[in-house]
Amino acid sequence: MSLSSVDGRVLWLLRLMGAASCALVVLILFFLISDSIPALRELGPRLVHDESWHPRELAANGTYGMLPIVIGSLTVTLGAIALAAPLGLGSAIFCQFYAPRPVATVYRRLVELLAGIPSVVYGFWGLAILAPLIAEVLRPPGHSMFAGILVVAVMILPTIALISESALAAVPRATVMGAAALGMGRWSILRSIVLPSARGGILTATILGVARAVGETMAVVMVCGNIVKVPGSVFDSVRTLTANIALEMGYSLGTHRSALFVSGLLLLLTAIGLTLLVAWVERRDPLNGGGGTRG
Amino acid sequence: MSGLSLPTSSGTEERLVTTSIWTIALLVCGVFLWIVSDVVLNGLAGLSISYLVEAPAQGGRAGGILPILVSTLSILAVALIAAIPLGLGTAILLAEFTRRGGTFPTVVARSLDVLAAVPSIVFGLFGNAFFCVWLGLGYSILAGGLTLACMVLPILIRSLEAAFRAIPDEYRLAAAALGMSRTRTTLSVLLPQAAPGLVVGLVLGVGRVLAETAALLFTSGYVDRMPESWLDSGRSLSIHIFDLAMNVPGGEPNAYTSALVLIVMLLLINGAAAWGADRWVRRATGTS
Repeated sequence: MSLSSVDGRVLWLLRLMGAASCALVVLILFFLISDSIPALRELGPRLVHDESWHPRELAANGTYGMLPIVIGSLTVTLGAIALAAPLGLGSAIFCQFYAPRPVATVYRRLVELLAGIPSVVYGFWGLAILAPLIAEVLRPPGHSMFAGILVVAVMILPTIALISESALAAVPRATVMGAAALGMGRWSILRSIVLPSARGGILTATILGVARAVGETMAVVMVCGNIVKVPGSVFDSVRTLTANIALEMGYSLGTHRSALFVSGLLLLLTAIGLTLLVAWVERRDPLNGGGGTRG
Repeated sequence: MSGLSLPTSSGTEERLVTTSIWTIALLVCGVFLWIVSDVVLNGLAGLSISYLVEAPAQGGRAGGILPILVSTLSILAVALIAAIPLGLGTAILLAEFTRRGGTFPTVVARSLDVLAAVPSIVFGLFGNAFFCVWLGLGYSILAGGLTLACMVLPILIRSLEAAFRAIPDEYRLAAAALGMSRTRTTLSVLLPQAAPGLVVGLVLGVGRVLAETAALLFTSGYVDRMPESWLDSGRSLSIHIFDLAMNVPGGEPNAYTSALVLIVMLLLINGAAAWGADRWVRRATGTS
């Protein structure tokens, strides 16, 4: 099909819009970097070396040790993914290979609904129900890393379940039926045929789960207790990078505000890194790397 | 799709795995029922017509949520008005005017992947730095809505693009055979065909905007008065829940009610999307 002169002009307009959509990423990166520069220049290594996090408007008056907060983010993310990855994969396997068809349909709908619940509602449930329960049954104060891990795990489970499921569904049926015809049991087929071929998609699902867990804000800020300290146990209070921004951005000025942008930049770079990782997995495993990530 | 019936063999390992898989499924169902029943049961207690049409009092402990609903819908309107033209244009570009795998569409698609992965709190920081400070909009409905427009853009573009790609090529070829330009084809042939799919994409975006909290904390702000202009700060329903739960002692009952209102709104929108998608599939299979 050739392009008429009207088409030519329309194409330029559309290209302009496409370019604007792309430019947004550049714009975000630009503003985060430019607002981070004052803190990076004035504080530099102090962001890692300072003993504690007591930020002030003027660099000289405060301390800016971000390490405990970074550790908080990492531990909550790792804990949540360690819980949610097996459960999400189990969910996907259940839907594809264990549940009778009507049960699978209802179950999938339920997981989709779970994915649609706003994070602030998860956080509120964690705050009102889960944290007091932990304090009562296990150990006070309840508002802890443990509560955060549980709530974030519940939140990212649907993401992992839905994407892994489309990876499992992409394994050719003929292969699976062939194995069944050889008399292999359900679990043997899963373990030796289905799971290895769906590896790329399951990995993608897990990485996207990590991305959601690192970036989660509301649920974490509501249940983690938010004390800036390297946690000694999972029942200790902890503060994550996202929670730190949500708590302090409203009143921060000067170097303090800029230091918060540094932590935002760190989150942004992590997100970009994880996106590149997903792209790499998809390239290596084009058959079913993406699972359901591309609409 | 599911329902593949594989042999159920007897070995101990097989039985152990079957038991654990069913346990996981029951666990997930249990957590879902726990959360939903908690919000529904506690939320219903405070829900009434007056809750929806009154202004909040005593920091939200008493009164209703009318100004908050108005702010929420205003933020939604700003986000959609900004995101739809840009999203539709980019989707048409990707689906109809470029070859898959070309350099430009690949760059656009990759940027959208990155944009989709940006945490919402980072959108909040960007929105604050760009819309509130640099453009001087301050904490306002306009700044919040524009921030959310940036946030939903990738989801919107991807689902709108999918709606165009789902149209069989016969339509394009027939239109070309009639000597129609591509612009004319897109406007009069493809756009009506894609409409139901476009609505589904739109609804997904609406759901994301309504559920968002972190990106609004320091772009649209906390003020719970009735907004009088686009430049007024306005509190969204999600922020209202957050504020009642975290900062208002005794705010819990009304936080539950607000959470119920938010979930019902999202369910209605999701239901509408599912219904629309279903009708679309039926129409597509019926006519082509």
